[in-house]
Amino acid sequence: MTVIGLYHSGSSVLHRIPAGWKLLGMLVGIITVVAATAPWQLGIAAVLVAGGFALARVPTRVAWAQLWPLRWVLLFVGLFQLLFSGPERAVMVCGSLLITVAIAALVTLTTRVTAMLDLCQRLLRPLRRFGVDPDRVGLVLALTIRCIPLLVDIVREVSEARKARGTGFSLRSMAGPAVVRALRAADAMGDALVARGVDD
Amino acid sequence: MAEIRFTAVHHRFGTRVVLDRLDLTLVEQRIGIVGANGSGKSTMARMINGLVKPTSGSVTVDGLDTTAKGRDVRRRVGFVFTDPDNQIVMPTVAEDVAFSLRRSGLSKPEIQERTREVLHRFDLHEHADHPTHLLSGGQKQLLAIAAVLITGPDVIIADEPTTLLDLRNSRMVNDLLASMPEQVVLVTHHLHLLEGFDRVVVLDSGRVIADGSPDAAVDSYTRLLA
Repeated sequence: MTVIGLYHSGSSVLHRIPAGWKLLGMLVGIITVVAATAPWQLGIAAVLVAGGFALARVPTRVAWAQLWPLRWVLLFVGLFQLLFSGPERAVMVCGSLLITVAIAALVTLTTRVTAMLDLCQRLLRPLRRFGVDPDRVGLVLALTIRCIPLLVDIVREVSEARKARGTGFSLRSMAGPAVVRALRAADAMGDALVARGVDD
Repeated sequence: MAEIRFTAVHHRFGTRVVLDRLDLTLVEQRIGIVGANGSGKSTMARMINGLVKPTSGSVTVDGLDTTAKGRDVRRRVGFVFTDPDNQIVMPTVAEDVAFSLRRSGLSKPEIQERTREVLHRFDLHEHADHPTHLLSGGQKQLLAIAAVLITGPDVIIADEPTTLLDLRNSRMVNDLLASMPEQVVLVTHHLHLLEGFDRVVVLDSGRVIADGSPDAAVDSYTRLLA
């Protein structure tokens, strides 16, 4: 799952809270979790975050999909901490990591990308006097998010073409065609942006 | 219908001549442009909304020069590309349609309402919050067309919009283009899509070799390729 597949539509209280407040809440939540000093404190945080997922009516499989990619990191960090710092420290570090990612996922699942971009543009408005164009920054961020699955598709197709021709993996055979195709796609997207009046 | 006028249009990419002294006036509602690969048909289509500027000569839409008045022309002329993936710029379906209206001067609730209407019209309302990259090819092309139509253009240029689609999706997009009240300029390789069109222009090596009813033009084209 890519970052752009995270928004889970709904009408819960969490969905309706403005993006700015959610980001502020996320910041406070993460600082609180990182500052926790005992496992029971993390336990309370975990219950609260789980409550947040329930409040937002996020299906378990969707919530799980956000945390599952962390498994190898947690395993590695957990083992490292267990060996060098003891079990309590391993629980604290892994628990903090898991809960902070869950908080961030909860915000992303309940906030539209456009709401995030609107907020970003509002926050950047004071920088207009220094030549920063908030609309353009917002568009760049949106395009960045949009291009992730496009690039994933390009790399997958190049990889499949390589396999179909029976050649082994090499960075050159992957990177060359992938970069060329990505540049072509960027060029075509540039045309489309002009056609949609972005530069007007 | 808008009057699209090509006057002594000549265009080169490097030393290669893409369009060679093109003089045409297009006023029909359904116009098809056909030609072999490299014949200049996509370049010609792109000139209509100012994406490509002619090396010499001029292209106007209702008197507006596409080079000098690109912004005004693009407000009247929408463009549908071959690959919708390149045209969709926002992460979710509703956001992409709404993106077209970001500088329309409409309020947010008005934009949301119009987006809802268009998504219903294109049967995409159930996908409003879905990531655009997870749509099928046909749905992506419908979304691309919806994002163009929501701005209320007078002319739609569609550059091989069905090339990447299967037969079913191709028919769906074609039926949609055929039913539009707007003026449509369709660039295509699929000759059956030109049935019922008012006028078909056949290009070869940047020159018009046939221009008229679909039957006569398609006949010239198939003879050319024989």
